[in-house]
Amino acid sequence: MSALLSVKGLEKTFGQVVAARDINVDVPQGQTVGIIGANGAGKTTFVNMITGHLTPSGGTIQFEGRDITGLPSRKIMRLGIARSFQVAQVFPTFSVFENLCAATAIARSGSSVVGAALSRFVSAETSADAETALDQFRMGQFRDALASTLPQGVRKLLDIAMATAGNPRVLLLDEPTSGISLEEKFGLMDVIMGALKARGTTILFVEHDMEIVQRFADRVLAFYDGTVIADGAPAEALGDERVREFITGTLIRSKDGKLAASRASHA
Amino acid sequence: MMTGLRILLGAAILGGLGAAAPFTPLWLISLVTLAMSTGLVVCGLIILWRGGLVPFGQALFFATGAYTVALSGRWFGVTDAFLLIALAVIMAALVAFVVGFLLAQYREIFFAMLSLALSMILYGVLVKSETLGSTDGVNVAQASFFGMKPRGPGYTFALFWLALGMVFLAWVGVSAYLGSIAGQLAGAIRDNEIRVEYLGISVTRLVHLKLTISAALAGAGGALAALSISHVDPQMAYWTTSGGFVFVTILAGAASVPAAFLGALLFEIVRTIAVALLPGGWQLILGSVLLLTILFVPEGLGSLMIRKRATISEKGAA
Repeated sequence: MSALLSVKGLEKTFGQVVAARDINVDVPQGQTVGIIGANGAGKTTFVNMITGHLTPSGGTIQFEGRDITGLPSRKIMRLGIARSFQVAQVFPTFSVFENLCAATAIARSGSSVVGAALSRFVSAETSADAETALDQFRMGQFRDALASTLPQGVRKLLDIAMATAGNPRVLLLDEPTSGISLEEKFGLMDVIMGALKARGTTILFVEHDMEIVQRFADRVLAFYDGTVIADGAPAEALGDERVREFITGTLIRSKDGKLAASRASHA
Repeated sequence: MMTGLRILLGAAILGGLGAAAPFTPLWLISLVTLAMSTGLVVCGLIILWRGGLVPFGQALFFATGAYTVALSGRWFGVTDAFLLIALAVIMAALVAFVVGFLLAQYREIFFAMLSLALSMILYGVLVKSETLGSTDGVNVAQASFFGMKPRGPGYTFALFWLALGMVFLAWVGVSAYLGSIAGQLAGAIRDNEIRVEYLGISVTRLVHLKLTISAALAGAGGALAALSISHVDPQMAYWTTSGGFVFVTILAGAASVPAAFLGALLFEIVRTIAVALLPGGWQLILGSVLLLTILFVPEGLGSLMIRKRATISEKGAA
């Protein structure tokens, strides 16, 4: 199977600091990839390079066979790679519905600024798209709430729902459950994954909670010191000796009590 | 959203004002025409304002429009008012399009001060250049209207009717723009540029577009002012002129287009009264009005005219 997203020899250096080195990953259509690693291991740098937020120092990124290395983020987005953010990026003074309308309107305007000046913001199509997203991401009850007043989990959902407005083929989620309580994490991921699977989106998500990774990922990329140290099915990657030593070992030890509680509540 | 009914209502109000002109004192007609020219500029400021951009140098485009009218008449003998205004709009938009490649990169105070700097450069050029009239400025010959050359009170009426027509076009056009995707994204740009970029549209280009549209309106305002005063001088590019536009925008608020014109009218009236009452200290009165506006009507007069923030569904249904 040819890869939808193909990363070869990707590197990023900031002066003397090597943030990413020799990353090689092929992601086929439809896969859900969990990205794990300690803080500073290069996960977000990897996401930022794929989405054009950072320009790689070396290596190539191909999407659908096309070289997208170093393109500006909005062009990459146009080609079909969207992202959400660790800190949810929404328009605080807009309602949830207006946020979604903005996203669908841009997606429908075809990125041209002149097109955006000549098309109506509220049309039957943008409203219908926004309603669909409200429904898929189960945000109906927050429809008219200002985004600044939303609970953290709903704000995350809104951020992700907005990212899916253009029906991207690949969606990168940067810590979709960060800042969410353990009790809510699984419910939130169920909603997100349900909505995205319905669209057939290929997903890469950065996650610290190994329970979430095991439950939702088809494949795990483990980052350490700027590169991928394990890549495979969750059981295989999480069982890797170096992954246990550098990543999961410390994580599970420090969260042991809470993890046990969350297991019980989701059993 | 602009409905046919609202457009008809607007046209009727403006038509009524036009019909009332012959029964109105000439000084008042001139004052209203001048206020309309300011209102046109403020319409453009609203477009930027909504995106969180405050230009302290909009006089750059205002003066460009005004001088285009004066110099087209002096150098090329153009007298048709419609052609003069069209030329002024094009020149002002062109200047904005060029400086926009620089200005659209900046936000907040940097945008404000850079636009101020550019307008002061124009001021400096106008003052120093003999061919552009230097400090004395340039007289504007009386314009013709499709070959007709009204004189005396008729000229004042003609300019007033022209102003009403421009107000109508600006109102319909700016309302349409504000309801478009680009117009509605103004708040989104102000709120979160990163999100806008990651939805796939260029914030810089959106700002560039806003600047160009606002400059076209400022050029139209400058052209109307030039025809109305029959004279242009470098003061039109000076920073206090820009400050006046910002003043009126605060007074009017960014919520409604008609408020821009009412705000401009109120500004002209207050200034006229203030100058009559306190010839040496009218700025004191104007400053107090600004202070009271910010204290008691921070969202501007427009916020008193329209309902509290309607949700999109209501806007969509309207």
